[in-house]
Amino acid sequence: MSQYEIVIGLEIHLELRTKSKIFCSCPTTFGDAPNTHVCPVCLGLPGVLPVLNKKALDYAVLTGLALNCDINTYSKFDRKNYFYPDLPKAYQISQYDFPVAQNGNLRIQSNGEPRVIGINRVHLEEDAGKLVHSEEGDYSLVDYNRTGVPLVEIVTEPDLRSTEEARGFLESLKKILLYTGVSDCKMEEGSLRCDANVSVRLKGETELGTKTELKNMNSFKAVQKGLEFEVERQISRLEKGERITQETLRWDEGSAQTVSMRSKEEAHDYRYFPEPDLVPMEIGAPMVEEIRKTLPELPLAKRERFIAQYGIPEYDAEILTSTREMADYFEECVKIFPDPKAVSNWLMGELARHMNAAGLNFYNIKIAPQHLADMLEMLQQGKISGKMAKEVFADMFASGKTAGQVVAEKGLEQISDRGVLEKIIDEVIKKHPGPAADYRARKEKALGFLVGQVMKVTRGSANPQMVNEILRDKLK
Amino acid sequence: MKLYQLKVHEAHKLISDKEISSEELLLSVLNRIEDVEGMVQGFVTVTGDYARKKAREADEKIARGEAVGPLTGIPFALKDNMCSKDILTTCSSKILKNFIPPYNAEVFDRLEEQGAVLVGKTNMDEFAMGSSTENSGYFTTRNPWDPARVPGGSSGGSAAVAAADEVLFALGSDTGGSIRQPASYCGVVGMKPTYGRVSRYGLIAFASSLDQIGPLTRDVRDCALVMNAICGHDPKDSTSTPVEVPDYSSFIGEEIKGIRMGIAEEYFSLGINHEVKDMVEEAVAGLEGLGMEKVELSLPHTSYALPAYYLVNPAEASSNLARYDGIRYGFRYEDSESLLETYKKTRSVGFGAEVKRRIMLGTYALSSGYYDAYYLRAQKVRTLIKKDFDQAFEKCDVIVAPTAPTVAFRTGEKVRDPLQMYLNDVFTIPVSMSGLPAVSIPCGFIKGLPVGLQIIGKAFDEGTILKVAGAFEESMPFKNMKPAFGSYSRGGV
Ligand SMILES: [Zn+2]
Repeated sequence: MSQYEIVIGLEIHLELRTKSKIFCSCPTTFGDAPNTHVCPVCLGLPGVLPVLNKKALDYAVLTGLALNCDINTYSKFDRKNYFYPDLPKAYQISQYDFPVAQNGNLRIQSNGEPRVIGINRVHLEEDAGKLVHSEEGDYSLVDYNRTGVPLVEIVTEPDLRSTEEARGFLESLKKILLYTGVSDCKMEEGSLRCDANVSVRLKGETELGTKTELKNMNSFKAVQKGLEFEVERQISRLEKGERITQETLRWDEGSAQTVSMRSKEEAHDYRYFPEPDLVPMEIGAPMVEEIRKTLPELPLAKRERFIAQYGIPEYDAEILTSTREMADYFEECVKIFPDPKAVSNWLMGELARHMNAAGLNFYNIKIAPQHLADMLEMLQQGKISGKMAKEVFADMFASGKTAGQVVAEKGLEQISDRGVLEKIIDEVIKKHPGPAADYRARKEKALGFLVGQVMKVTRGSANPQMVNEILRDKLK
Repeated sequence: MKLYQLKVHEAHKLISDKEISSEELLLSVLNRIEDVEGMVQGFVTVTGDYARKKAREADEKIARGEAVGPLTGIPFALKDNMCSKDILTTCSSKILKNFIPPYNAEVFDRLEEQGAVLVGKTNMDEFAMGSSTENSGYFTTRNPWDPARVPGGSSGGSAAVAAADEVLFALGSDTGGSIRQPASYCGVVGMKPTYGRVSRYGLIAFASSLDQIGPLTRDVRDCALVMNAICGHDPKDSTSTPVEVPDYSSFIGEEIKGIRMGIAEEYFSLGINHEVKDMVEEAVAGLEGLGMEKVELSLPHTSYALPAYYLVNPAEASSNLARYDGIRYGFRYEDSESLLETYKKTRSVGFGAEVKRRIMLGTYALSSGYYDAYYLRAQKVRTLIKKDFDQAFEKCDVIVAPTAPTVAFRTGEKVRDPLQMYLNDVFTIPVSMSGLPAVSIPCGFIKGLPVGLQIIGKAFDEGTILKVAGAFEESMPFKNMKPAFGSYSRGGV
């Protein structure tokens, strides 16, 4: 196996998060009753014409910029002609020779090593409908809700050298795309789809081997498993002295193998030609700069900045920047409570734990960054103890109340008043002369008992640090 | 004079002066249709009830004292490739024999907003592919000047019903000459506006980069009035251009002294009938007499226009017509064993020979390995033809030429020879390939058959074309000539 080099290129289809479709005003909502989001335009009825949704173009440009592409000043649409029941016009409006963006790259970490994966192109097109096959297989129904949802297709160079690297690339890509907000990138809903071109060759060989195209991988796991299977299959053929046939394969999740869809001879001739119903697009520098301004700081840059600016460990920075929402939450907290490591600990610890348990994300949690920062401040000022803090936090997370409200309602406020504490401690020492004498006789353990007694009297609300201090002082 | 014989501007005056009602005018038109339609056969659908409703609405509007627009209460027809909500729209094709669109073409909306009254949808060559209406999936329309002859095409139905006084005006569509050539054959005024001037929304696509809607009218003033109503940017059509629309009627009656008229030698040589040539040259002399300045020039790539057109046009058509599979709308061949067979038989039975010919030509021209040699080269030729015109228009303001090389030919004469049929459009196609505006107006008769004069203008300069056409029409002695229906109306031929 190790004498072979694996060569993988990916084609990623991404549904853009525009409100309406790319060429009509139907909504793009997923999961509604079939054929409820359709109109004469997306149904391709005779005589209708497409009108480009400007937002879709903006998102395609933004995607190109996020992937370090050159944006083509002149870009145009073409018709990709093919016949399929889910394609009502019998052609897809896509882009052939002048895509929105070209010549980009994405930096990823692969096995701890930095790698640069080339992006060949980013182009804009319309999605097709969806076939629903009857269980008996005797008829199929077509749902056109998805027809005309805007897509960008991202095509990589054949730069990926292992199945893990392919998966890693896809994960990094998803992270970036989520950062830009152009798509919700849900593989399970089909808003992110991935096809792969796979070939293998002997190491040192400069020519590419015969490739196969792999389709229908519907999760990150499926991508890796499908690629692994296909690589193994190709290598074992070559080992047996057989040749690879150029063909399109389908990953079959059930049987966990690749199945042939069509050979090269059966490949479609798409008869591309310029779409006469749309005028070419001029994507001028001012427009690109306007869109560049909306490009957020991307994960890699943000991670580096977090390490430098906040002095937090690499591990923390990696986790905090895993989504834009988490990173934003972190920074807002730190703005109010400038102890980055403490904020980081709480985000990665308690907050993450509660979010996972409740199945919530940063969009729908009730606890605002301000609330968390306030609680951390109370903790720092000794108004609540570390143990209390967790309890208070749980309440805040569930109810959306502020730390102050929770503490007041539960009577949890910590006693940090020296005078009050001294009085209580004097009582405790008087009541337990034995342990007091033990401590004076250097029996450290006795201190714990006395602290416990103070806590018992105060029902846990005494500031433990101060109790320790005062006790030590008094028993010197 | 009968009401149905009125021109649009004449009828408008009577309606706004309350001398006649829209309904009276409509009844006259419907009676006329009943009288002569058996001979002309220009309509696929006559929308009598709908028209009566619309005419009454127009009369109510007038009674309420609302503004009477130039087209309020005026009966008209649409070529059957323009969508009309809840009204059959067939493209004269069997494959759309039961298609009832749920929306209106933009031009229809605009006309209805003005209060115009739709009386029917006109026959055409199937999907606008043809020059005689003989390619209609239903029947051939007859030329009102001689029922043994074709009315031209593809907007033959629209030209014929306008010429036969069955409507006061009609809309046609022009892809390679489909408004101008039938206008020439039927002796009416037919204008193809600049590509992008009129919205194509709701026009069933044939060759999208060439298709353009325009009016067929009984005189130039009417042409201007209809142009006023249908022109202008439409956000639903990305190829419609936001260029300001002037009041076209303001160009009518203007002097044309000093306007430079280009005469290209190529338009007086390519297979032109000598009598037609003589008549057009006479018209040119007439225009000189009106003070126009004649400029001899050359459009050297003219002869390449036809072959290039027959690559671009079928290529786009093959893609536009791929959607007709019998599943969602239109005709479906029911008696088949599988989905694939349904598709195949639906298209084999639903489309006529010419449509299939173009689908095959276009599919071939776009195929991998042939694209560069055919489609791409044709587009390059198109650029050269455009450049010819650009250079010519540095020296002149309009170009005057024949519309078609002959007068209307006999029905059946050319059906077996598609190439002969294609040659009919040799003088109109270069203009279409360049996206320029042009009008065809009657300039005389040969043995009782009308001859058309083509006036080609600069992009978006329909105004100058109409100015010249108006002055020319005014100077012609035969401007009110009508087909001699008396002999064969009622009972037909
Ligand atoms: Zn729609």
